[in-house]
Amino acid sequence: MISFQLTPEQQALKEMVAKYVQGEVLPVAAKYDESSEFPHEVIHKAWEIGIMNIAVPQKFGGLGLGVLDDVIINEELGAGCLGIGTSIAVNTLGLYPILLFGTDEQIQRLVGPFLEKPLLASFCLTEPGAGSDAASLTTTAKDMGDHYLLNGSKMWITNAGHASLYSVFCTTDKALKGKGICCLAVDAKSPGITLGRHENKLGQRASDTRAITFENVKVPKENLIGKVGEGFKVALKTLDRTRASIAASAVGAARAALQHSIRYSKERKQFNQPISQFQAIQFMLADMATKVEAGRALCYRAGSLIDEGFDEDGNLASAHAKRFSADMAMEVATDAVQIFGGYGYTKDYPVEKIMRDVKLVQIYEGTSQIQRVVIARNILKD
Amino acid sequence: MNIFVLVKQVPDTETKIRVNASSSGIEAKEIAKWIVNPYDEHAIEEALKTKEKLKEGTVTAIAVGPDRVVEALRTALAMGCDNAIHIKADESIDTYVAAKALAAACKKESPQLIFAGKQAIDDDQAATFGYVAEYLDIPSVSVVVKVDVATDKKSLRAVREVEGGTHTVETSLPALIAVNQGINNPRYASLPGIMKAKKKEIKAHTLADLGLGSETALTKDSAFALPPPRKACVILQGEVPAQVKELVKRLREEAKVI
Ligand SMILES: Cc1cc2nc3c(=O)[nH]c(=O)nc-3n(C[C@H](O)[C@H](O)[C@H](O)COP(=O)(O)OP(=O)(O)OC[C@H]3O[C@@H](n4cnc5c(N)ncnc54)[C@H](O)[C@@H]3O)c2cc1C
Repeated sequence: MISFQLTPEQQALKEMVAKYVQGEVLPVAAKYDESSEFPHEVIHKAWEIGIMNIAVPQKFGGLGLGVLDDVIINEELGAGCLGIGTSIAVNTLGLYPILLFGTDEQIQRLVGPFLEKPLLASFCLTEPGAGSDAASLTTTAKDMGDHYLLNGSKMWITNAGHASLYSVFCTTDKALKGKGICCLAVDAKSPGITLGRHENKLGQRASDTRAITFENVKVPKENLIGKVGEGFKVALKTLDRTRASIAASAVGAARAALQHSIRYSKERKQFNQPISQFQAIQFMLADMATKVEAGRALCYRAGSLIDEGFDEDGNLASAHAKRFSADMAMEVATDAVQIFGGYGYTKDYPVEKIMRDVKLVQIYEGTSQIQRVVIARNILKD
Repeated sequence: MNIFVLVKQVPDTETKIRVNASSSGIEAKEIAKWIVNPYDEHAIEEALKTKEKLKEGTVTAIAVGPDRVVEALRTALAMGCDNAIHIKADESIDTYVAAKALAAACKKESPQLIFAGKQAIDDDQAATFGYVAEYLDIPSVSVVVKVDVATDKKSLRAVREVEGGTHTVETSLPALIAVNQGINNPRYASLPGIMKAKKKEIKAHTLADLGLGSETALTKDSAFALPPPRKACVILQGEVPAQVKELVKRLREEAKVI
């Protein structure tokens, strides 16, 4: 029997995150969007209420929760501020390589501290010359016996300026392409690391995005996550776990845009009636509502499949969820601005920010085109 | 110290309330979302803070009502309460029966300190805590914005909010403290708290378990009415001097305030 009913704990989680968003995120979302400063206190609070690092298994002192729980959290965060939500979600992205492929010792040593205090991790895959074609990355790790020497640059790294730990994807042999990739856990304070400037972005301005350059950075061998040559698999398996959550953040943003639109359309009068009386507006709202529902259903399904161990189906479901939700949220946000008319185009109303923020979901963690590539490959497979 | 918190579940503040056809009540079935009474969240916070300050003790949340109130108790547990007690009763009980039941359940476990919100945001009666203290024959202090338990844990000092100032009261323990909003910032439930709450058993009592049953409501809701709909705003048009004239005229003749 199929059920979309949340458990009482998941319902409580949803309400708790919604309350946190109401109290801590919404009041400051516009401020951080404007200043593009890093919302330290807001993230600290998220850590305090335990919605970060939820996937750390119980035997390491964590909660051992799954993707569906993260989907629930991210929808609520996305309804508050996608920029702040991304900072939190990317921490998960940065830690999953270790949780999925690390040894017990590595999890204890590298992830353990994240349960003790509010630390952040980054996921360093993209490079200036390797975006969608991530396997063409050129950052190299040279085997020096007891350590690796890391050289190269990464691009668009979320949390780079505030993270204590980077999961870095690099190659031991460029000629092997995807098969030569490995994943190293790199201490952000290691000598030889230079951070680029905090990018001046269109949206999600509260999240910190930078280039990182590694110049002869010594990384101890104990920090190799998984095997040499296994790195690309580490990256893909990680993204499979986080894609549904990122998709859910777009669902949350779209939901917020819809709620703002419903409220505004009942208040705004033209031709002596609320604009919600016009069928053209009603149909827009109705379509927006259906899209939000559809997006959420895809995210829940993807999360559940992965949690239940159906990895392969989960992959495809995650690609569906990410592709649909990102594009859907962009459409919904654009329609929301339309419903607000001229007012929607100003920063005095909340919908233009959602429109700017949500654009990024079509780009990061695999563009909407790349999701289609994944989906097509799956459905065309013999 | 054995600390109790009285918790009431109330409709979410965003709920649109509808009076039933006979005007004798509100349509409870239509209420989609119930929350912990916001004043009681402050009471829970103060109970937890008191325990943390004393570095010992247990905090027990207690609620009376139909099965739905268990959800409010789970929230209290997720915020950090150690135990919860649910007294099963149907929707129709009044303050008298609710307070009798709460007092009877408290009596079984003899708490040293009981916290409550100063009122519930649904019916705004601000009555239950006073009844409970009376039935337990212990002192109560209301509209409290600061509590300091003495080091010997035998008394406390409570600062009350009064119009334009404060009023400090000392009392022996056990006592009941009804808190006002300004006392603290309630913590959020935490995810580990939610997971722990799931495993905790909520003790359930029926009214009969508590030796009650013959009590019947002393009061009966006879009519509910929504406030009259607000009249549409009038925005005066025209030149400023003419608008001022019109405004003064309306204030004198329609509003009759000058
Ligand atoms: C704000 C921000 C934060 C980010 N955070 C991180 C992070 O924390 N860690 C990280 O590793 N990366 C991060 N990224 C990088 C992000 O994942 C990449 O930008 C993304 O994968 C696309 O790569 P690209 O920008 O190089 O675009 P390109 O790959 O150059 O793509 C350009 C265009 O071509 C299309 N395209 C490319 N290949 C194909 C194809 N085969 N078929 C059809 N169309 C194609 C793309 O869809 C896109 O429209 C972030 C990016 C941004 C903007």
